[in-house]
Amino acid sequence: MTLNRRTFLGTTGAVVAGLSAPMVLAQGKPRVVVVGGGAGGATAARYIAKDSKGEIDVTLIEPTRTYYTCFFSNLYLGGFQELSDIAHSYGKLAADYGINVVHDWAVSVDRDTKTVALAGGGSVPYDKLILSPGIDFVDGAVEGWDVSAQNKMPHAYKAGSQTELLKAQIMAMPEGGTFAMVAPPNPYRCPPGPYERVSMVAHVLKANNPTAKIIVADPKPKFSKMSLFQEGWANHYEGMVDWVGEDFGGGNVSVNPDAMTVAIDGEETKVDVCNVIPAMKAGRIAEMAGVTDGNWAPVNAADMSSKANPDIYVLGDASQQGDMPKSGFSANSQAKVCANAVRGALTGSKVFPAKFSNTCWSLIDADDGVKVGATYEATQEKIAKVDGFISQTGEDANLRKATYEESLGWYAGITSDMFG
Amino acid sequence: MRKRRVLALGMVAGHLAFAANAAEDIGDAEAGKAVFTQCNGCHQVGAGAQNEIGPHLNGVFGRNAAGLDGFEYSKSLVRAGNSGLEWHADTLSAYIENPRAFASGTRMSFPGIKDAEDRVNVIAYLRIFSDNPRDIPEADPTAKGTDHSVDPEILAIQGDPEYGAYLSSECTTCHQIEGGDEGIPSIIYWPEEVFVVAMHAYKEKKKNGAIRSCR
Repeated sequence: MTLNRRTFLGTTGAVVAGLSAPMVLAQGKPRVVVVGGGAGGATAARYIAKDSKGEIDVTLIEPTRTYYTCFFSNLYLGGFQELSDIAHSYGKLAADYGINVVHDWAVSVDRDTKTVALAGGGSVPYDKLILSPGIDFVDGAVEGWDVSAQNKMPHAYKAGSQTELLKAQIMAMPEGGTFAMVAPPNPYRCPPGPYERVSMVAHVLKANNPTAKIIVADPKPKFSKMSLFQEGWANHYEGMVDWVGEDFGGGNVSVNPDAMTVAIDGEETKVDVCNVIPAMKAGRIAEMAGVTDGNWAPVNAADMSSKANPDIYVLGDASQQGDMPKSGFSANSQAKVCANAVRGALTGSKVFPAKFSNTCWSLIDADDGVKVGATYEATQEKIAKVDGFISQTGEDANLRKATYEESLGWYAGITSDMFG
Repeated sequence: MRKRRVLALGMVAGHLAFAANAAEDIGDAEAGKAVFTQCNGCHQVGAGAQNEIGPHLNGVFGRNAAGLDGFEYSKSLVRAGNSGLEWHADTLSAYIENPRAFASGTRMSFPGIKDAEDRVNVIAYLRIFSDNPRDIPEADPTAKGTDHSVDPEILAIQGDPEYGAYLSSECTTCHQIEGGDEGIPSIIYWPEEVFVVAMHAYKEKKKNGAIRSCR
């Protein structure tokens, strides 16, 4: 390893010196409250609890007792995973790491008294607050759709009952029926996600309902791994997928959930399933905490601290950090940088330079996996991409299979990194 | 070269006697030696063979799974050994055909040898180093390790474990901390020097654009 000890000590010395002196509290241990138990929040809570060895009280506020990962939920739609395969509990975080797991909604943040109020009543005090609330949808983003329509036209962009509903609707499609997707504008959670979903729906329909059609209304002119997906759709699902991009009016969409119709650029179509993935914004608590600017919460790249408040950190999809895509991998990566910085601030432990990475795997058909990824560093203004890689079109079947198997290994790795 | 069926006390590869109990398929050890090049990145066998990323394979026949002192096996293989799994031609064949299907938590990063004849041959080769350990051929141990060379000064650097713990958190997003090998190689319990050399090679190759990610 070319880790140069002098360089490293020099760098970290500077980083440590740049931070304020460790917080010394008159009473009790320093308290970290984490809101949101997904890839960002669960990882941050686990790393802070694990590495502080009891020196920091960690509370994790997460409304659900069973967490369904959004990543791999498309594989459930495609029949490659059971719903139980993507379900996780917080038992180990509580039992093995001593994290106080509170199943409740965080409804507001008082930055002056440094407390988080819970929907169930009461409040939790913090010295450092980590918000990792994921996404909410922008009101009025798709004409005719709001959250009250989600049982007719599911978004399935938070995994669990929505994903189950969408799968049930796909399985109930009449022969030769139409599946429509309204794709979201940038930036949004999981850039290749909608297109992996199209692939998985096509996979299911090809087996059960081969004359069915898929139509995608997309407000974007291009999308993540576009050439890979289009190659895959042509190879595996010829003639099934009709992608309508911005150039052909894909952004000019309205839906009618009662009539089950979708109008794309003025042309109305009766559909059997309509998956509406609206424009996104940071989970609501970020806005309640006053750390958002527009739809997202700007953060400092070095430690993921909010640009609006030094005692609040924002991880994952909700943050506006620069070049990283909004993904579970990114959130997990950011959480470790943040955990290291928060521990340093509260206990004086060594703080090391920020280092980030991300890889997004997508499954196109059985054993046909592709990926895109990059490494990142913190600069003054943002998290900046250092270098990246992407699967190529025309790769041989063995490599695609290995890439898919790699994604299975990653899933096992990241979920144990999150939940212990 | 073709696989031969031999009876008790058959001769294989013309120079070593086997005390097989019953008729069984004995492969071609010489062909197996070539197959073993898939294994010798991690496993040594032969005179002076030592544990590397994988355990040495001298005397593997009849050994209990996870039965070598001084090697950190996966929990999965330890469990298998405790339940009485012993390595013989049949169990070895099943294991190396599809390691993860045989022992789901194994940290052996190997997709398996699908070709039955290759398996029989490599098992015949390994058998040379098992039946009469005192007759182990006087060749250098097999593990080729890596062709990547690292400046001894780099190998001599004493790392900071705390910094290492932080850096390794980037690895555990994909590589399981328990060491399971599931599409992503297991990287725990490697000999320190082997690990440093591998990381250095990775860094250099990445710099040259020869690899796209941690594969």
